[in-house]
Amino acid sequence: MTKPPHDSVSSAAFSGEPGRIARFVSGKILMAKSPKQYLTLVFSNPFNWLLAVVLAIGIPLLIQRYATGLGSVTHGSQDYPWGLLLGFGLFGMVPLSASGFLLSTAVEIFGRHDLKPIERLALLNGLLGYFFAVVYLLVDLGMPWRLTYPMFVSFGPAAVLFLVAWHVATYLSVQIGEMIPAFAEWIGWDRGKKFIKRITLGLTIAGIILSTLHQGALGALFCYAPGKIHPLWISPEFQWIHFFCSSIYAGLCMVIVVSTLVAFFLRLRCDENFKNSLDRITITLSRGAAYAMVTYLVIKLVALAHDQEWGYLLTGWGGYYVSEMVIGVILPLVLLTYGSRHHLIPMLRIGSLLAVLGILWNRLNTVILCYNWKLHQEIPHFKEVWLVLTILAIYIITYRFILYRLPVLFTWKESDRSNNPAR
Amino acid sequence: MKSIRFSRRRLVTISLAGVMTGLLAPLQRNARGSDFPGYTESKGVLVDLTRCVGCRTCEAACNLENQLPAPERPFNDMSIFNEQSDHLRRPDDKAFTVVNRYDSGSSVSPVYRKIQCNHCQEPACLTSCFVNAYTITAEGAVLYNHQVCVGCRTCMIACPFSVPAFCYSSAFSPQIMKCNFCYPTRLVQGRPPACVEACPRDALTFGERAELLRIARQRIKRNKGRYINYIYGENEAGGTSWLYIAGVPFNEVGFDEDIPKQPIINYVKDFLAIVPMVLTIWPGLFAGIHLLVKRRATAIDNDPKLAESDHDKTAA
Ligand code: SF4
Ligand code: SF4
Repeated sequence: MTKPPHDSVSSAAFSGEPGRIARFVSGKILMAKSPKQYLTLVFSNPFNWLLAVVLAIGIPLLIQRYATGLGSVTHGSQDYPWGLLLGFGLFGMVPLSASGFLLSTAVEIFGRHDLKPIERLALLNGLLGYFFAVVYLLVDLGMPWRLTYPMFVSFGPAAVLFLVAWHVATYLSVQIGEMIPAFAEWIGWDRGKKFIKRITLGLTIAGIILSTLHQGALGALFCYAPGKIHPLWISPEFQWIHFFCSSIYAGLCMVIVVSTLVAFFLRLRCDENFKNSLDRITITLSRGAAYAMVTYLVIKLVALAHDQEWGYLLTGWGGYYVSEMVIGVILPLVLLTYGSRHHLIPMLRIGSLLAVLGILWNRLNTVILCYNWKLHQEIPHFKEVWLVLTILAIYIITYRFILYRLPVLFTWKESDRSNNPAR
Repeated sequence: MKSIRFSRRRLVTISLAGVMTGLLAPLQRNARGSDFPGYTESKGVLVDLTRCVGCRTCEAACNLENQLPAPERPFNDMSIFNEQSDHLRRPDDKAFTVVNRYDSGSSVSPVYRKIQCNHCQEPACLTSCFVNAYTITAEGAVLYNHQVCVGCRTCMIACPFSVPAFCYSSAFSPQIMKCNFCYPTRLVQGRPPACVEACPRDALTFGERAELLRIARQRIKRNKGRYINYIYGENEAGGTSWLYIAGVPFNEVGFDEDIPKQPIINYVKDFLAIVPMVLTIWPGLFAGIHLLVKRRATAIDNDPKLAESDHDKTAA
């Protein structure tokens, strides 16, 4: 097996010398396996077969969408301009990816170094979540090649979406900056790491600002449709706080869910430090999430009282609203509170999963179900559902690819550079 | 101590940076507030539902004027009214305007209603657009520019009347389609829109908006019992250029009576107002917290009594 020599890896990544690139590919990308060994390994996992099936149907659908228009893979509805692609991909993914800014704030600003072992996972979760939210957007936008128009061509600075576009773009770069240390360790690029270390505080604070604003802005977008969304799901004065506040527990719970998956399926990539501190960290994160949930519930109640919407609670929509609150927020809150008091890790993990699903449910309700509630309802086209799954599959593959290679779940030791830990 | 002084300097830098970005906060250029009285020369159309007989001539005229694709069924095919159940027709990517029939409980004969862009005085579509694809002319026409449109469809979400439609079937130049008040072909020369000119029953009246409001009030007053005493569009969504009077309650003929009586942008102002605050206050606030936490940690580290503390020095 070709193993990259000790200190030439960094140049291997950049130089054009074919031998070195080959060594970089086999050593880093294929994790010191031959292509054949690597493929055998990939297809020995049944989950990969499932992903392959999703992609086998999804990629042609994606081609169809770009060749023949959005209407060929969705209902092309004039009444429901935003469907599952945005409802799940943008409005769902972004709150679940608040993890990056939450954990970097906790560690870098509040000095909670006990959370350090999970910081990189949270950052990666944030970066990938935002990146794939943009991918979903690129599938859904009518003219994706004009994605940068609001930055360079034509400006509508008074529009909420203008703010979202700018902030998501800037925040994506901030998150890339925050992930550079892990990447730099992997390819052996010390200067990159040192540089980021110097500007960490600035990056973190930029992350807080941008996150507060665009998480809130995603909610504020619906203030443009005060009369179209069911009153229980829209409250113009509070919408941005609702979205921001719920993104806090969404991000924290998502980290718990991802770390659970990782601890079960990627155990070999986790170092002792990560494994040993995971239970303690799960409890800490759960407590934080529970606080955010209480705040969220209180603001929800304030909004109900402020808009005088008690009457709606007695209708069928009210029942649906209450069930969203109970299953998506109150039940997870109970599980997280009880579980963190009695140190019941499985309970915390189930509670977090429920909260994550609750967030998705809430966002889909706001975007699709309770939007145009006075009109007919629409069930998403199966091709649109499949497209959502396809992007999700690519997200999972990318996520796993990085976790296998970059020092996210383990702390990088210099010896790792010459001897990439095999699976 | 050295590190703390350094952080303090950094605190100032960061706060300054915050103020700078604050200056870049959304300019509330388009957010004109509800006290805006409207352009004086603002034009409009008064639609009298009691006069409309559902002949669909306006639909045909609009199709011709704007060179839209030929309809699936000819415009003189009235059977189209019979087939609408819960999915009433609406303006879409192939038709800027449609006429629907309603069987109102308050009237023995059916009532017809023409739907098109109402050309709001403070259009939600315009204020929600992040690439400024919409403009409003001095005459009150709300126009869309397909050259900068990205296809995000926020305007469709924002329009309280659900007017803008998207060409989902086009892969390479999908655009928003909506009534343009015949601005490019007629209004710019002071001529009335094609649909108005085509109407054989005088159901559509073109004129200055202020004058139309006067006419509407007069008609309501002079013909006791013929009209409901309400002008739809006078205040809806902050006021629209197209105004409606009818002989039956508006909610019985498909008008949404829950549309706010103020411009849609007013609902977004709360959020827009916090943006500069967050941009300016957050940097100093969090840098300050960081400084406090760090100073406390340093104090603990330097305290010999706490040498055994479990504070994680390696991670700091
Ligand atoms: S009716 Fe809708 S599309 Fe027309 S100007 Fe008003 S907001 Fe814009
Ligand atoms: S004003 Fe012109 S574009 Fe608008 S509905 Fe009438 S004919 Fe069509």
